[in-house]
Amino acid sequence: MSAEIIVVTSGKGGVGKTTTSASLATGLAMSGKKVAVIDFDVGLRNLDLIMGCERRVVYDFVNVIQGEATIKQALIKDKRHENLYVLAASQTRDKDALTQEGVEKVLDDLSKDEFDYVICDSPAGIEKGAHLAMYFADHAMVVVNPEVSSVRDSDRILGLLASKTRRAERDNGSVTQHLLLTRYNPSRVEQGEMLSVKDVEEILGINVIGVIPESENVLAASNSGVPVILDDNSHAGQAYRDTVARLLGETRPMRFLDAPKKGFFQRVFGG
Amino acid sequence: MGILDFLKRKPEPTAAVAKERLRIIVAQERSTRGAPDYLPLLRNELLEVIKKYVNVDLEAININVERDAGHEVLELSVALPDGKPAGSAAT
Repeated sequence: MSAEIIVVTSGKGGVGKTTTSASLATGLAMSGKKVAVIDFDVGLRNLDLIMGCERRVVYDFVNVIQGEATIKQALIKDKRHENLYVLAASQTRDKDALTQEGVEKVLDDLSKDEFDYVICDSPAGIEKGAHLAMYFADHAMVVVNPEVSSVRDSDRILGLLASKTRRAERDNGSVTQHLLLTRYNPSRVEQGEMLSVKDVEEILGINVIGVIPESENVLAASNSGVPVILDDNSHAGQAYRDTVARLLGETRPMRFLDAPKKGFFQRVFGG
Repeated sequence: MGILDFLKRKPEPTAAVAKERLRIIVAQERSTRGAPDYLPLLRNELLEVIKKYVNVDLEAININVERDAGHEVLELSVALPDGKPAGSAAT
């Protein structure tokens, strides 16, 4: 049984790929799956910070690819979930240090090691790192913000997923595409200032698997190195839990799509 | 709506504009997706040639590549203006 490979990608930077990778990996691990999450952003390592394991990085992804460390040495065991592992990106090499054969070998080794899921956290852009992050994927989580440049870039990425992946090249079924709308602000949507879920779905011709509301808890979570999905009280955390459940085949209604009702004082004095 | 809302400047409702612009650009980019790299250049050079004879602009030229089983069709359409030929055509 080989591991399911999920790429988290977007084209545009700053839309929430790493936040999503961290929460997705943690959520799958919470469901009892054995999960590895790999940072493909060589030169700009960040997943370790979001996962809260930045001080435990000894070997990285490039060390493994270049044969300077084994995969077992480089995987960092999550301190909260024993079936969750992080593979950090290199800080010192450039993106050419990744090779297709090297990435394939790492993914094969993880399959042999009985991982259920491998999450590939893609760098922004459509260059080598992003290409390699998506190349071997079985599923793609395309992260999009309700904003023009992000929507356009994700359409470009959807095109690449359908043509520049191993599945596409070998005519071996297609990469399952999931759209995740993040930084959603229902009040601004109601005011007609922001694209709605329906707008984005219509433009891209694909339904969302989840909608993560814009939330101050996301910054708080990254500040403290705890994936936001572990913040049970936050809407963003709950929306990520719903998304993971849907990915595992559950049907759950979308939540947090409506603006919070205003109280009397807010109604009178604005706010 | 609060009675003090007039004190705040509200942003314009621009989501509809965003949606319309995206609808058009996404459709355009999808139609040229997977097409050969030389297509934009071909389009510009064709335009230069056509401009020698007829007064058209870039928007008037449409190039599409369609794939059927086993073969590709390069489709080119030029919308000619109603008026007279370009003045420089004769020179």
